[in-house]
Amino acid sequence: MSARLPPFQRFLDEQREVVWRVLVSSVGQSDAEDCFQETFIAALRAYPELRPGSNLRAWVLTIAQRKAIDVHRARARRALALADPSDVEASERASPRGDATAEASDRVPAHDETLWAAVGELPERQRSAVVLRFVADMRHREIAESIGCSEEAARSSLREGLNKLRKVVEV
Amino acid sequence: MSRQTTRKRESIEVALRRASGNANGGARVTSARAAGDAADAARRLSGRIATEGLADVNYASLDSPFGKLTVAATERGLVRLAFPEEDLDAVLERLAARISPRIVEAPAPLDSIRGELEEYFAGRRRHFELPLDWTLVGPFSQRVLRAASAIPYGGVLSYTQVAAEAGSPRGSRAAGNALGSNPIPIVVPCHRVLRSGGALGGYAGGPERKRRLLELEGALAPASTLPG
Repeated sequence: MSARLPPFQRFLDEQREVVWRVLVSSVGQSDAEDCFQETFIAALRAYPELRPGSNLRAWVLTIAQRKAIDVHRARARRALALADPSDVEASERASPRGDATAEASDRVPAHDETLWAAVGELPERQRSAVVLRFVADMRHREIAESIGCSEEAARSSLREGLNKLRKVVEV
Repeated sequence: MSRQTTRKRESIEVALRRASGNANGGARVTSARAAGDAADAARRLSGRIATEGLADVNYASLDSPFGKLTVAATERGLVRLAFPEEDLDAVLERLAARISPRIVEAPAPLDSIRGELEEYFAGRRRHFELPLDWTLVGPFSQRVLRAASAIPYGGVLSYTQVAAEAGSPRGSRAAGNALGSNPIPIVVPCHRVLRSGGALGGYAGGPERKRRLLELEGALAPASTLPG
């Protein structure tokens, strides 16, 4: 019954899809690839130190959430830079030509795009709770474990997140 | 009124599940696109892990006259060769336990190993130059397997002779055990060790494979008639 860590390849095979879904939902199709690589590279580095018997899915989704948060923070910084009128040149360099192309290649239907964009706008903890609940099919206890809060806090983050989303999709 | 509220409550949850491919109220329906995209991303990841040398063990498979072989290597060299009928999960789990769980399937780091094996099976290679990693082999077994490695292509020795070479003249049974648990068959040619009378003796990959390897190397005449 000794719980050993599975070979990393098997861990990757078993978790790749849920990680991919969570990342596409959190950051969109075009940023998901980089996040996916960063998530599993970080997981590979830390892997041998992981306690056997750990909840591997919760662990890797925690890493994925952190990578997704990095993307959102970087976007927020870019948005700030764009809003700065002294940096017109930068805003032109970063003008959303590339983004538009990327969006066109994303095969997510438009209404799902709206939904995920709204999820992306949620505060970090609410976004994590919503994504882990509906994309990773996690229970409240696992969500709490994954974002590092109490089960009650996870429940209320989820509730608040859903309330905000409801306003968006029911327009 | 409250019915309306309930319907609304469902709608956002249903929308989220549908949009994430978890339709039917949570019963997971695999979205083929997400699965395919994730598999592609995972393959690119394995390639990057291999290029950057981030895994402790890389493995890959190759086609051979014996079917699909699996080869695994560390940065030191080839550490394991598995025959098709070996349970790959079990093989990888033992590597994880004995060496490191950082094991990734990536063909590129094993290209030269696979190339040498393909040349060998085509009769174009008489000895292997690839480096070996003896981590899985204990000290006595290592002496026995190194003695077997010294037998040239086309030659054979008896278990007793190999035991003597390994410094254990009366340990032919122990030598047989060491040869039988060779983690790198074919490349470490335990198939070149026969019984004293010339009988084939056992082989972890089956005696028929032992015969075919010796025929390939010209140490045994090819069976001239088919049985029956």
